This record gives sequence, C-alpha cells and structure tokens, in this order.
Amino acid sequence: MDVEVLSRIQFAFTVAFHYIYPPLSIGLGLNMVIMEGLYLRTKDPAYERLARFWTRIFALTFGIGVATGIVMEFEFGTNWATYSRYVGDIFGSALAAEGIFAFALESGFLGVLLFGWNRVSPRVHFIATLGVWLGSMFSAVWIVVANSWQQTPAGYHVVGEGMQARAEITDFWAMVFNPSSVDRLSHVWIGAFLAGSFLIMSVHAYYLLKGRHLRLSKKAFKIALIVATVASLAQLFTGHRSADGVSKNQPAKLAAMEGHYDCLGVADMYLFGWVDDETQEVYGLKVPGGLSFLIHGDFNSTVTGLNAFDRNDRPGQVNAVFQFYHLMVIIGMTLIGLTLLAAIFWIRGTLFEQRWLLKVFVFAVILPQIANQVGWFAAEMGRQPWVVYGLLRTSDALSKAVTANQVWFSLILFTIIYSLLFVLFVYLLNKKIKHGPDDGEMIDKRPRQRQIAEVYAS
Amino acid sequence: METFLGVDYATLWFLVIGGLFTGYAILDGFDLGAGAWHLFLNTEKDRRIALNAIGPVWDGNEVWLVIAGGALFAGFPVVYATVFSAMYVPFMLFLTSLIFRAISIEFRSKEPMRWWRQSWDVAYSLSSVLLALLLGIVLGNVLQGMPIGENFEYVGNWLEFLNPYAFMVGVCTLGLFMMHGAIYLIMKTEGRLFLHLSALVQKAIIFFIVSFVITSVYTLIYFPHLSDRFKESPALFAVPLAAFLSIANIPRLITKKKYGLSFVFSSITVSMLLIMVAIELYPAIIMSTFDAAYTITVHNGSASEKTLGIMLLMAAIGAPLVAFYTGFVYKTFRGKVQMDENSY
Ligand code: HDD
Ligand code: HEM
Ligand code: HEM
Repeated sequence: MDVEVLSRIQFAFTVAFHYIYPPLSIGLGLNMVIMEGLYLRTKDPAYERLARFWTRIFALTFGIGVATGIVMEFEFGTNWATYSRYVGDIFGSALAAEGIFAFALESGFLGVLLFGWNRVSPRVHFIATLGVWLGSMFSAVWIVVANSWQQTPAGYHVVGEGMQARAEITDFWAMVFNPSSVDRLSHVWIGAFLAGSFLIMSVHAYYLLKGRHLRLSKKAFKIALIVATVASLAQLFTGHRSADGVSKNQPAKLAAMEGHYDCLGVADMYLFGWVDDETQEVYGLKVPGGLSFLIHGDFNSTVTGLNAFDRNDRPGQVNAVFQFYHLMVIIGMTLIGLTLLAAIFWIRGTLFEQRWLLKVFVFAVILPQIANQVGWFAAEMGRQPWVVYGLLRTSDALSKAVTANQVWFSLILFTIIYSLLFVLFVYLLNKKIKHGPDDGEMIDKRPRQRQIAEVYAS
Repeated sequence: METFLGVDYATLWFLVIGGLFTGYAILDGFDLGAGAWHLFLNTEKDRRIALNAIGPVWDGNEVWLVIAGGALFAGFPVVYATVFSAMYVPFMLFLTSLIFRAISIEFRSKEPMRWWRQSWDVAYSLSSVLLALLLGIVLGNVLQGMPIGENFEYVGNWLEFLNPYAFMVGVCTLGLFMMHGAIYLIMKTEGRLFLHLSALVQKAIIFFIVSFVITSVYTLIYFPHLSDRFKESPALFAVPLAAFLSIANIPRLITKKKYGLSFVFSSITVSMLLIMVAIELYPAIIMSTFDAAYTITVHNGSASEKTLGIMLLMAAIGAPLVAFYTGFVYKTFRGKVQMDENSY
C-alpha cells in the first residue's frame, strides 16, 4: 500500500478511536452538572452520590480522550505536512484557540473535579464541574470549526502557486462562521449529549433490572432520559439543517448520500438500499421524489446528481457514504422512538415496570456511538477526493518526507496500543459499574457550614 | 511589517512559542523527572505518594504541550509541518510514550495485585524516561539543523535523527528533568521518603552537570555556528552566565534545606537553557544542512501577519485565564501530599 492509503487508514483509525471518548465526556459532563446542580438545590445526598459515581467513570473516558487527542494534534504535522502548510493560518489558529480557551479550562478544573471532593465546598466543586464541562464543549467548537472550514471554506484567499500555495485568513469571523459550522457544531454537541445520556441510562437500567441501587438509579435514569429525549428530537432538526446545508454547499456529497447519479433529475429518497456504482442503480425501498421534496418542497423538482461532476471530483465510495448516512438516520429515528416511548411510560407512572424496555436500554448505549462514528464517516468520505473542499486534494496533502514503512510502523504501534487501551477501558468500566455508586469511604470530610455554626452557637 | 512595541509579529511569536515550550519544559519537566525516579522508590506507599504528588497537576501541565503545539501550527506552519514529518519516528514514539504514561498513572491504582502495579510502575517510569530523552533528541536535531530541500521538504534519511549529538542532548535533558523532578518530590514529601529523595537529588545534580558539560563542549567544537550570535553581541553572554549561576546555586540551596527556592532555581535553569537555544537559533528556526536557501527562518516560515495579529489577541485574552485556573489548582492542592479515597 502507498503512503496515501496508509496515512488515510491511520488517520481514520486514530480519529475514530478518539471519537469514542469525547462524546462520552461531553455528554456525561452535562449530566454531572445537572446532578450536582440538583444536589445544591435540594441538598438530597443521593444526587451527590450519583455525581461522585459518574465522576469516576468520567475520569476514565476523559483520560483516554486526552491521551488519544494529543495524537490527533500532532498527526497533521507528521502525516499531512503539505496540508499543514496549506491551512496553517486557519486550522492552526483554531487548534491554538482550542488549546488556550478549551483545554486549559478543562484540565485546569479537572484536578479539582476529581480530587477536590474533600477540599473545596460543594459550590466551588460545582463550579469546577461546570468549568470542565464547558471546556469540553468549547473544544468541540474549535475542532468542528476547523473541520467545517475544510468542508465549506470561507473568509480566506489563496496565495502562492503549486506546492507553495497556502490559504490565508482575510476575515476571521467569516472563517469561524463558515456556512456549515453552526449546523455541524450543534449536531456534534447533541450527538455527544446522546452518547453520555445513553450510557447513564444503560448502567442504571442494568441496576434496576438487578434490583440494585433502586432509588439512585431511578433518579439518574430520569435525568438522563429527559436529556436524551430533548436531544434526540433536536438531533433530527440539526441533522436536517446539515443536510440542507450540504445540498447547497457540497452537492456531490449529498448526491452520494442518496446514491443519486442523474445529472439533473428528480431525486428519490431511500429508507435503505444498496448502491451499485457500476450500473448506477440503487436497489432498496424508496420514497419517489423524496429528496427533491426535502430540498425544494416539490416532488418533481430536480437535484444535481453525481454525473454532473467529473469522475475525479466526486467521492469514490458512493455505497459506503450511502450506507453510513442511512445507518445514522435510522439510528436517529430509533432513538427518538425509544426515548418517546420511555417518556410516555414515565408519564403513566409505569416506566420502571417495563422490564423489556429497560433491557433494550441496557444495550441501546451502542446506538449513539455507532451513529456518531458513521456520521463522521459519511461526512468525511463524502468530502473526498478533497481534503479542503474544492481547493486541496487528499492525494496532494501528504507528507512527502514520510515513507510507507514509517507509516506501517506507526500504524502497527497505534493498533497495538489502542487495542490495549480499549481492553483496559472496557475492563475498568465494567469494574466500576459492578462496584456501583456505593462505597464505604463515602464520608464527607468537608466542614459543613451549618454544623460548625451550630457548634459555635451552643 | 506590523510591529508591536517595536518587535515584528513573527519575532514576537517566536518568543511566545518559545515561552510556551519553556512553560511546558518547566511544568511537565518535573512530572517526567518524578516519573524517571519512580523505580528508585522502594515501597508501595512511597510510590503512591510520588504519584499523587503529580496526580492533580500532570494533566494540566501536559496541556502546555498541546497549546504550544497548536501555537506552533498556527504561528509557524512550515516549521510544524517540516519538523514533524522529518522527525516522524521519534514523534510517534513520543506520542505512544505519552499515552503509556497517562494510562499507567490512571490504571495503576485500579487493582491491588502486585504484578499489576509492578507492570504499570515499569511502564510509567520507562515512558517518562523515554519522553525526556525524545524531547532532547528532537531539540538536538533542531539545534544542529536538518537536510531540507525544495518546498521545505525534509530530504534526509529517516534514521538520521539518531545521531550522537542529538542523543547527548537527550541525555542532558533527562538529567535536567531528573534533577528538577527530584526537587519537586522533596517539596511534596516528608519522613523517610523525604530523606531518601534528599540523597537521590545529589546524584541527579551530578548526573546533570556532567552531561551538560559534555554537551556544551560538543556544541562548541562541532557546531561553532551556534555561538555566532554570542560573538556578535557579547551582552548576550549574560544568559549562559545566569544559567551557570543558577545551576551552581541549586546544590547550595539544597544543603541549606531551602527546597522551595531551589525549585525556583531549577526552573530558572530550564528557562535560561531554552533562552540560550532561542538565541543560538534566531532568526533561523531550522537551518538547512542541504542548501542554505531552504533554511526555515522566523520570516519565511510564519503564518500571515493577519493570523499572527489575531492570535496575539487570543493570547492576550487567554493567558490571564490560564494563569487563573493554574493558580487555583495549585492553591487547592498546595502543601505535602495527603491521600484520600479519590487518590491514585
Ligand atoms: C466533539 C468533540 C471533539 C472532536 C470532534 C475531537 N475532539 Fe479532541 N477532545 C475533545 C473533543 C473533541 C474533548 C472532549 O474536549 C477531549 C476529550 C477529553 C479531553 O480532555 O478533551 C479531547 C481531547 C483532545 C486533546 C487533548 C487535550 C488535553 O490535553 O486536554 C487534543 C490535542 C485533541 N482532542 C485534539 C483533537 C483533534 C486534532 C481532533 C480532530 C481530528 C479532535 N480532537 C476531535
Ligand atoms: C479538522 C481536522 C480534520 C482533518 C484535517 C481531517 C482530515 C482527514 C483526512 C486527511 C482523512 C483521511 C482521508 C480519508 O480517507 O478521508 C480523514 C478521514 C476521516 N476523518 Fe477527518 N479530518 C478532520 C477532522 C475530523 C474529525 C474531528 C473527525 C471525527 C472525530 C473526523 C473523522 C474522520 C473519519 C471517520 C475519516 C475516515 C474517512 C475515510 O476513511 O474516508 N475527521 N480526515
Ligand atoms: C435523525 C436524523 C439525522 C439526520 C437527518 C442527520 C443528518 C446528518 C448530515 C446531513 C450529516 C453530514 C453533515 C455534513 O457533512 O456537513 C451528519 C453528520 C453527522 N451526524 Fe447526523 N443526522 C441524524 C442523526 C444523527 C444522530 C442520532 C447522531 C449521533 C448520535 C448523529 C451524529 C452525526 C455526526 C457525529 C456527524 C459528523 C459531523 C458533522 O458533519 O456534523 N447524527 N448528520
């Protein structure tokens, strides 16, 4: 295999692996903020125990998120040197902003979040939790802005020619608010909320089925269910906004997502299907004219298809983009169905009697994870053959100094280490879950203002 | 050319990024040094205390690397791209060692078995040593220059990074961090462990000074161009002099048991040495040993002035914030290590 293919595999592998963890951290962070907020309001220690329990799991996802994230930051320079020179102005600024505004905030407060339970007051601890969560939200902002700029470049001009060409910022805010960044950022955030909430529901559904920690688990399940219900409905909305944006800014990607080849024809929408790139046929269940309708509000309007683009300017793996995109949408619909169903049972007061539904929730944790992964794969593979859409081709973006053997070496190294990391992650997660929110050492050593006041008063 | 206080933006960014890497070297330097000593500590309790001494801060310290890396990418994209692709193998080893260190710290305490903890201890210590060495090796390569050709592409061989000079700089870096880390641990410990470390720190100082002298002589003999700047403006000799004095000061302060102050001086030593590096290089960042026309300088390797200006603004807003969080964490965890159920 050549350097290009190997570097692509390595990038996809390392980023996909990284992306298992950040969404969990962001989503758990949100739920922990809610739990600690409720503790401050209600003073019910159950919420504090929940927050402490989820903080321990958060530490795990966060730790692996950091370790694998640093790899990403340096991989641009090591494997995509030409790309790095080309976009340094823009992508570099976003990464630097991420470091200063987001990572510093996260890791600054992380120490207090994890180790400060007995050292600072509940209020200060809540602020630390909030700081860590906001930091993780901000880091998503900058990385998604950078990636969105690659999808829909704006606010720049190109200087230099050939291999010396580079994009320079002309308008910073136009670069930040490029046509796709707001839609994609909201979509990514909400995808992360779903990942975190479904993990919480899964673990507490497991406890409920086993008859353990009942009181705590009911509370936690309800919190996460509210977040997940709102998020899954909002995800449909933001996803639709993204699709709308793609139809305007990256028509070749949209055409690939639905397997639409005709230069200018009515476009169908498939519920599922299989694309044959040779015959340019899609076999599956379709809503005739559905895509035309979604985009233009008219079943008979025309949509630009793949054949309107030169073979070298459109994504090669149409079927893969199609499948990934459809899998994400199917999962999105499933999540809406699941959360609404649970919400209805909750309103009727019989949620925790539906053992079958709880069983489904134990396993449903995998769904948002899959949707997050395939969402990125659809978005990134649909962007091909460009790294920077319309400006720089993936095949030109490589490091010329790196040889295939070197990439083999690093790829094998990462495969080994990440496998180890994954095994450890699953093992420790399982252990923490088995252990549960109770622990003997849960003695609060913080001075309690009221008790102290009472001592002095008496 | 845009300037700020009479300094052009590109030079200013050279200084900012230099400052960030110095911050990283001072902060993660003591973590790496503490890690390098880990296997020299004998009991389970000592090892736990040493780990928890860096427990709440190592992750925040590592962020300096992330910020410095991002700033380098934004400020000098050419340097970022060329050096990282040229030093592919050392960087990959560096990244994997970072992961190993992180997971060793996280996972060590999660199981009580002896074999489990021993394995993580070894992984932790080895990765810390390797990280310090590799940082020094990359620095050594930057100092001596690299074969860079057209379009600023590296034209050398992938194994060239492992040359004797770079290796020597690596050893010297390891020595420096081990001294720095031992002093940090002394500040954080008490009792028997404290005494044990007080003995170790003496060894560290000797190790560092010997390797430093060898490296300096090596530099003077084989890379005379690095001292050009000093010959041009002798006032700059103040920096090596300050470095020398602060190194000499450390053993003195240690015998006087002024540990806090000796930590300050080992931090000053780190920064003086890096300021020396900056003076030796400027205005070049990577000298091309292939053709001087392709030497990457502060000017031909930087981003556009507009970006540099925007980032300056970001740094001005961000720096006080970062200082605030950092101060907050160090204040919350000041003093000797105390362990509770949340510790590693
Ligand atoms: C949706 C959010 C998201 C996405 C798409 C990415 N990351 Fe990430 N990343 C995070 C959200 C995040 C996070 C939640 O903020 C993490 C996880 C744990 C942490 O410390 O921060 C993180 C960690 C993290 C770190 C370590 C930070 C530290 O030391 O604290 C780096 C350097 C990166 N990431 C860089 C990247 C790059 C270069 C990406 C793209 C290819 C990327 N991340 C995708
Ligand atoms: C903004 C920074 C990013 C850059 C420069 C970038 C660039 C690239 C490159 C060069 C590839 C390999 C070429 C390819 O095979 O497609 C790739 C693939 C991929 N990226 Fe991105 N990407 C970025 C952000 C992200 C993020 C944040 C994610 C998700 C976490 C992501 C997910 C993926 C996936 C899943 C692939 C594999 C797709 C495939 O194999 O075609 N990317 N990206
Ligand atoms: C409910 C129906 C959904 C629709 C219509 C939808 C639509 C889309 C579209 C069109 C894109 C590509 C955007 C682009 O390339 O610019 C996308 C990307 C993505 N989707 Fe979805 N999505 C849905 C559900 C979900 C769910 C449930 C998740 C995760 C839990 C998810 C996670 C993602 C991610 C992570 C990306 C890649 C980042 C991005 O490009 O925004 N999506 N989605």
